[in-house]
Amino acid sequence: MQADTIGLYVHFPFCLRKCLYCDFPSYAHKDYLMGEYLTALKVEIDNIKDKIGHRQINTVFLGGGTPTLFHEKELVWLLDYIKQGSTIRHGAEITIEANPETLSPDMLEALKQGGFNRLSIGMQACQDEQLKALGRTHSIGDVERGVNWAKKAGFHNINLDLMFGLPNQTTDHWMESLVRAVGMGVEHISTYALIVEEGTPFFELASRGGLNTPSEDVEREMYHRGAKYLTSLGYNHYEISNFAKSGKECKHNLIYWHNNEYIGVGSGAHSFLHGRRRWNYADIHQYIDEVRKNGDGTEQWEVISPSDQRFETIMMGLRLNSGVSKKVFKKRFGHDLGYYYGSIIETLKIEGLLIETDSNIHLTARGMDLQNSVLLHFME
Amino acid sequence: MGLGKGRLKAVRFISHMDLGKSFIVHMPKARCFHKAYGKDNVTFTIFKGETIGMSNARQEKIRNFCIIAHIDHGKSTLADRILEITGMLTEREMEKQVLDDMDLERERGITIKSKAVRLSYRDEEGEEYILNLIDTPGHVDFAYEVSRSLAACEGAILVVDASQGIEAQTLANVYLALEHDLEIVPVINKIDLPSARPDWVKKEIEDVIGLDAGDAPMISAKNGIGIEGVVEKIVSSIPAPIGEDDAPLKALIFDSFYDNYRGVIAYIRIKEGKLKVGDKIRMMATGKEFEVTEVGIFRPSPTSVPELMAGEVGYVAASIKNVRDTRVGDTITHSDNPAAEPLPGYRRVNPMVYSGVYPADGARYEELREALHKLQINDASLSFEPETSMALGFGFRCGYLGLLHMDIIQERLEREYDLDLVTTAPSVIYKVIMNDGTKQDISNPTSLPDPADIEHMEEPVVNAQIMAPTEYVGAIMELCQERRGIYKDMEYMEETRVLITYELPLNEIIYDFFDALKSRTRGYASFDYELIGYQQAELVKLDILLNGEPVDALSLIVHNEKAYTRGRGIAEKLKELIPRQMFEIPIQAAIGNKIIARETIKALRKDVLAKCYGGDISRKRKLLEKQKEGKKRMRQVGSVEVPQEAFMSVLKFD
Repeated sequence: MQADTIGLYVHFPFCLRKCLYCDFPSYAHKDYLMGEYLTALKVEIDNIKDKIGHRQINTVFLGGGTPTLFHEKELVWLLDYIKQGSTIRHGAEITIEANPETLSPDMLEALKQGGFNRLSIGMQACQDEQLKALGRTHSIGDVERGVNWAKKAGFHNINLDLMFGLPNQTTDHWMESLVRAVGMGVEHISTYALIVEEGTPFFELASRGGLNTPSEDVEREMYHRGAKYLTSLGYNHYEISNFAKSGKECKHNLIYWHNNEYIGVGSGAHSFLHGRRRWNYADIHQYIDEVRKNGDGTEQWEVISPSDQRFETIMMGLRLNSGVSKKVFKKRFGHDLGYYYGSIIETLKIEGLLIETDSNIHLTARGMDLQNSVLLHFME
Repeated sequence: MGLGKGRLKAVRFISHMDLGKSFIVHMPKARCFHKAYGKDNVTFTIFKGETIGMSNARQEKIRNFCIIAHIDHGKSTLADRILEITGMLTEREMEKQVLDDMDLERERGITIKSKAVRLSYRDEEGEEYILNLIDTPGHVDFAYEVSRSLAACEGAILVVDASQGIEAQTLANVYLALEHDLEIVPVINKIDLPSARPDWVKKEIEDVIGLDAGDAPMISAKNGIGIEGVVEKIVSSIPAPIGEDDAPLKALIFDSFYDNYRGVIAYIRIKEGKLKVGDKIRMMATGKEFEVTEVGIFRPSPTSVPELMAGEVGYVAASIKNVRDTRVGDTITHSDNPAAEPLPGYRRVNPMVYSGVYPADGARYEELREALHKLQINDASLSFEPETSMALGFGFRCGYLGLLHMDIIQERLEREYDLDLVTTAPSVIYKVIMNDGTKQDISNPTSLPDPADIEHMEEPVVNAQIMAPTEYVGAIMELCQERRGIYKDMEYMEETRVLITYELPLNEIIYDFFDALKSRTRGYASFDYELIGYQQAELVKLDILLNGEPVDALSLIVHNEKAYTRGRGIAEKLKELIPRQMFEIPIQAAIGNKIIARETIKALRKDVLAKCYGGDISRKRKLLEKQKEGKKRMRQVGSVEVPQEAFMSVLKFD
């Protein structure tokens, strides 16, 4: 399949404080490793060229954790360092994630000047008591200030991450948060349903019955009311959890959803290249040691068989409201979608879960709600 | 026991009981049997005033005995200790529960197959004795096997836990032993436990069973205390075997197993005559004839000997291909000089409980057949025949002696043959009397004829004995009443314990009765039952419909009065067990066309991962693969996916 462009993800595993629901590879109180970590990233970046050859980088995404815990100069330097080694395509989408409390006008100015053109801010909710209950270290005021500064600094592609299905959250709370987010005039909004993951403080609480999350029915109501509200305001519901003004869809994430190739550097980062998925050690120490020894932080890799690649293409593609393109699928796998999945597609159409058009297949609203059940049909 | 000691001992006795009819009657103390010790190494056994045999010098040094105990009262541990003390095993060889060598037996602490082992023992006077320990199953399911093992012995050690006292099952086996004229040697075990009440237990043995427990050995099998005394007691109290060496051969088969090299190995007790390699033998019940390839004894591994003679316990192999040819209770005789009549007590055992057994993966049907076949080679009481179910596909209707037997077979299939099974709720055999006077036996609810053609139906009824502390009488009666029991009798074993007798329909106890009993009596009740016959009952077929379609594998036959409660219970249970699916699923219980209960499984509203980015793809795919595996364990019934355990657990209520 080899497209001539590729996405680059850079992971930053540092946080001021670990949120109570977070199971991501990110850690608080590891600031003393930040210097060594940057050095390790540099080594991995040095080796990108060997892996991607002549291909251009179309998107860069600095995610975390909290990348903005690093000084803006370090972040800009890092982006420059990437540019030295590889070609970043003109007009590439360059995103940085930030927590509101880490932002300042100077930082945003420097990032914009340094080449970052998309900002993704973790807002989560607009009620300060709700933010506190999540273990967040910012207020809604921090978010609003941050967005303002970002706009002044010239960012015209800003995302806010929000969560629903939170403990003690009502549908009214949720709608209020959305109204506040929309009010900030951002181009992109992600709305994530809370997943209580094992190993998190929330999981412990939940297993002792101490987490008062809304019922499945209420949670679905939040999701659907929220989606209706955002689309009515001109946000395109382009992925299960993502809404964007036209042309502001996240190009980097679309690489994942199109099951295209990407390369990841940093602890816990994944790459998908030449039919292999590779991932780095998530533990910062192990990652740094591994990079020192071998030039990259790979913990393991696996070959994704053609049939698994087909399935993953469906699995990721059906998250998008545009679904899976018949043309792209045939080009990549040599046969029509119908050749592999014809009868499954028919069954799902009859059940009202999937729609087939001349150009693609995509899920109905109900199919989206039941995506996993739908996907099981596609499994061989 | 030597010559001229001239002891005369009377043993209290019970009248002969027809096991099939009235189970336990209280013991009259009228009949006695005596042993008289005469001159020249001869012991006379006098029964009802008649000399019924005498032991010769060789037999005088043999003791054949078994051990009777309630589960957990220490039977296997005592057996191990006796093996140890008689030098059968060095300590290094000692593995706990030597005789229970099946994994299942060890884990559950039960004996499933009978076994025999020959021990040597030298008493204080230097006399050498041969002790044959016959290990028998203790569970009611195997009552017939137990009775045949008992028939191979002259005595039994009765092990009673010093803190628990006598339990219902022990009592049943004691009566069985008394019925077989066995000398019973009570032994009080676990005397070193703080809760031990040996005097109370002794009194109980005297009051309840009518045995003199005054000089019963007080032991701790676990800690090896008092074992010597038990062995001494075996030698001094249990009569030597009798039987003429020169009479025509009569050998009792009390169990058998299949050996890959020698074919069937039958456990035998020679009652009369001799048996050696090359002999032409005949099974008196089946008429099958074989040539003996090996005779031997268990020490404890099979060890061949030149000859087995009257009074001895051992084994015979004769290139027999199937255990069906060596039926438990059958008599082996010589083809050319046959005994005039077989030993008494043989009967064909018939299954009491049936259930459908299906491979979880339909493609493994042949493997299941093969596995059942192999189990049957070793277990003549297991029956099976192919059946089909709309819901479950191809499988087998298996017949078992009882619930434990069913459990064991199913577990062995899963464990030893690595099969995943779907089993349907157990059923008993109903007798259906048609309008035209014809009769049918029905063991599968789906084959019940049209109710309009049925004159009436009959169901099997058991006599159940429940023994428990008096404080639980109310709870037990309530349970039995709920299960359509008819109160028969209540007897105080002593101030604090009662023996309650109920007549209960077998179909009310075949699944969870014992569990319910245990939970309502905090584990203190013990339970035993015996089939007593068939009784007319108002029975109906209860159907379960999923999404409007009847599911044959969930149908069951229930009493008319119970149908409503059962139907509602099953519908509720299925609602719990069947996961929400993409559409709403109505669950209905129906008798004929009449819906008697309804539940609804709401449609699944959410099954989606909120976040899925580059780092999640492999994980997500693997998660779905796992989900898919889980789905494979579900049965597609029409459009509904039903977890396999649903087919069995519909009967669990209490």
